[in-house]
Amino acid sequence: MDDLLARSAIALAAEVRAGRVSAREVVDAYLARLALTEPAIHAYLAVDADGARAAAAAVDAAIARGDEPGPLAGVPLAVKDLIVTRGLATTAASRILDGWIPPYDATAVARLRAAGAIVVGKTNCDEFGMGSTNEASAFGPTANPWHLGRVAGGSSGGSAAALAAGSAALALGTDTGGSIRQPAALCGVVGMKPTYGRVSRWGAIAYASSLDQIGPMAMTVADAAVTLAVIAGVDPRDPTSIDAPPPPLAPPTVGDLRGLRVGLAREYRPADLDPEVAGAVDRAAAALAAAGAELVEVGLPHTRYALPAYYVIAPAEAASNLARYDGIRFGPRPPADDLDQLYARARAVGFGPEVVRRIMIGTFVTRVDHRAAYYDQAQRARALVRDDFDRAFTEVDAILAPVAPHAAFARGELHTPLSMYLADVFTLACNLAGLPGLALPCGATVDGRPLGVQLLGRPLDEATLCRLGVALEAAVGPARRAPWPPPGGAP
Amino acid sequence: MTWEPVIGLEVHVQLATRTKAFAPVAQGYGAPPNTLTDPTILGLPGALPSFNRAALAAALTLGLAVGATIARRCRFDRKHYFYPDLPKGYQISQHDQPLCRGGAIEVWHAGVRTAVALERIHLEEDAGKLSHGAATSRVDLNRAGVPLVEVVTAPVLASADDAAAYLRALHRLVRHLGVCEGDLEKGHLRCDANVSVRRVGTTALGTRVELKNINSFRFVKAAIEHEVARQIRVLDGGGRVERETRLWDGVAGRSQPMRGKEEVADYRYLPDPDLPPLVIGDDDLAAARAGLPELPAARLARLLAAGLTFDDADHLTAEPALADYYDRAVAAAGGLARPIAAWIVNDLTRELAGRPIADAPIDAPALAELVGAIEDGTISGKLGKEIFARMIATGDGARAIIEREGLRQITDVGAVEAAARAVLAANPAQVAQYRAGKATLLGFFVGQLLKASGGKLNPQLASTVLTRLLAE
Repeated sequence: MDDLLARSAIALAAEVRAGRVSAREVVDAYLARLALTEPAIHAYLAVDADGARAAAAAVDAAIARGDEPGPLAGVPLAVKDLIVTRGLATTAASRILDGWIPPYDATAVARLRAAGAIVVGKTNCDEFGMGSTNEASAFGPTANPWHLGRVAGGSSGGSAAALAAGSAALALGTDTGGSIRQPAALCGVVGMKPTYGRVSRWGAIAYASSLDQIGPMAMTVADAAVTLAVIAGVDPRDPTSIDAPPPPLAPPTVGDLRGLRVGLAREYRPADLDPEVAGAVDRAAAALAAAGAELVEVGLPHTRYALPAYYVIAPAEAASNLARYDGIRFGPRPPADDLDQLYARARAVGFGPEVVRRIMIGTFVTRVDHRAAYYDQAQRARALVRDDFDRAFTEVDAILAPVAPHAAFARGELHTPLSMYLADVFTLACNLAGLPGLALPCGATVDGRPLGVQLLGRPLDEATLCRLGVALEAAVGPARRAPWPPPGGAP
Repeated sequence: MTWEPVIGLEVHVQLATRTKAFAPVAQGYGAPPNTLTDPTILGLPGALPSFNRAALAAALTLGLAVGATIARRCRFDRKHYFYPDLPKGYQISQHDQPLCRGGAIEVWHAGVRTAVALERIHLEEDAGKLSHGAATSRVDLNRAGVPLVEVVTAPVLASADDAAAYLRALHRLVRHLGVCEGDLEKGHLRCDANVSVRRVGTTALGTRVELKNINSFRFVKAAIEHEVARQIRVLDGGGRVERETRLWDGVAGRSQPMRGKEEVADYRYLPDPDLPPLVIGDDDLAAARAGLPELPAARLARLLAAGLTFDDADHLTAEPALADYYDRAVAAAGGLARPIAAWIVNDLTRELAGRPIADAPIDAPALAELVGAIEDGTISGKLGKEIFARMIATGDGARAIIEREGLRQITDVGAVEAAARAVLAANPAQVAQYRAGKATLLGFFVGQLLKASGGKLNPQLASTVLTRLLAE
């Protein structure tokens, strides 16, 4: 059983495809691990053991018939609960969707199922993706498998924790301002935010539509790269999806990085940066240089506008996207005397405080008399941030940066909304500019908490990020499962 | 003090596309509730809109037909409000970048051709439908997401009559263009009116009131007249017209305030991040231009020029299929515009009894043949009516019936004379009375002669010949 948990998704699929192990055995091994870890971790909001076993049996039957079972045959997959799954409860970690069973699959989920992956369950997250710790889940936070008293990060904290705890071999997250990369860094796994439009958003419950992107989370860069290849590609149901050749299905291999220029941005190295986080970036830079990459200092002078612009645009879109949760078709319907009261009460009961805060901010900044000063101004700032990256990418092929300002912190530590928003400072510019970003583990703090770094790339150039990523992985060591029982404290 | 109304209309026109505006779901009227839906139409979490370019093609056709300036690039905005018929909590519309600006719709009103200036035409999606019971309200989202264009006039209409004439012209136009089915009972066109009044002789606009829910064309005139009168009453009483939105109650024949000044809706328009900018290419414009038919106002003018009465021309151009039928008949007859028009407007319309021209019992060339036979004197007009009935009954052509039944009108004067002599010979007493001065007996002889000829004789000719013979 531990042998199966130690393998990468690609290696698992190879074993299953070759008939050396059945998909059913793989799924059972992961479900057993899940049963062991889940009471302490709470990575999942729903587990579909029966569905997973049935899907595994279907994969095994396909193999027995000699049918092509797909490149991810038998790989246990955890899906963030912000992504809809046909027939499997999807809540966005919100009471307002409690009990809703989607009648359809997200395109990314459908493509993964077609590739043979087995959905084991839906992972916890901050409500509607709004948060950086999973503490904003309506159904309780996720613990960091490396230290149960610390947060898993967010908003895709459940997916990251499931990987680190060994209860999934592969996961899907969504990233609006760092929601894949930050929890990946905090849990010591790989997380990729693809280029905006690379992966269809059909079935991704919208938080901020111009920023949201579904992406893979995995134990290796190669697993993430293959998963991206499976889920990427234009989709008629998402007009913002890009009709571009998909990234290669073949996993990236470690090679010479000579000829590649990697940028280090001054703006991502503030004087007060946590020394251990800075150390991880330095280690990564040294490793990339040792593999042949050239390090170049670049300027991203409008970086300071990214955070305020993000916290105008994202709430503006969120207030709009969440208007559909009106108590008529979803969620609780408290007694009310009239329609307006029904709306007010249903939304007050259904939404958590962070969601309410962002709806109120978003409503405020798009009011007819505020829009020019806030929303329109933020869009101009966004353009400047994008221009910064365009200029930088004429000089370099990728940018190396920290992911989160700190390693996994204690639950309750970021107790004001502003301190929470500031935790996204290094990740959200990537979303504003629509760029791909790859977060991967790079060492640990002295007390054993994972540290991560991220590589940002040109639009549609995930391949270069993966090339750099596998080299870095080879140099600093791959992601590891957290030991069980966890080192930071018994469950 | 005299006041004059200033009226602008906003008309929502449902576009007759196969599928909805932002989802690959069929649209149609009368399906069981909530069956024409999918995750997008239902506003389910995770669902996204994808624009149906057939709606663009229809909107471009209308934009070109009215001579509007077409944007080459525009966008969709979200218009936010909460209502149970709006599943997303916003309507996808176009706010500050409409597809079309300007242009005009030509209106024939009381025999005069005028043009009503438009401000804009923009694309948007329809909402669902609510039905209210005693204790519950039900939502049907079949109509949700049906593509609409909103056609907005400038404040240029000077009376309720003008407004009604404009609406008829718009209705006729969209039916001719084929962009809308135009069934008013099914709500294919729905109208809001902006009404203000000002002192005669001044140019500044008064405070405007928006009248909503004028869901039937029948209500337009009444609703506007009622509102104009209300405003004049307020002003004459020394009061001030409030800027407000009022709901028209067509049954009660009055309006109710819906939304007051203090609660002017802020729709918080937001560029829709799910939909890329709408780019209109040369090919889109060329395709729309190539599909433009003759416009109804021009068609009406052509029919007038062909010598039709205004009423006939107006009647025929009310329905594109009716006008097409007329054109086909005239083409087949090689002319005869006026008699063909009269036959369609009178006999054929009576025969159809409200059914559409597509159900015409005889086709246009057949009608042309019948009218031709009358006009070239082969048969009398009176006999034409009988042959028309026989054509419908048998499906045979007019000339085939005429030949088969020997109904050709007798035009040989010698033959008529012989028959007339026979009639006179058979009625010597009447001949004597006539010659003694009882001239009214001519009618008797004509009747006898026509009867003897089996209706094949021209009454005029019969009368002429008999008069001559009786004078001998």
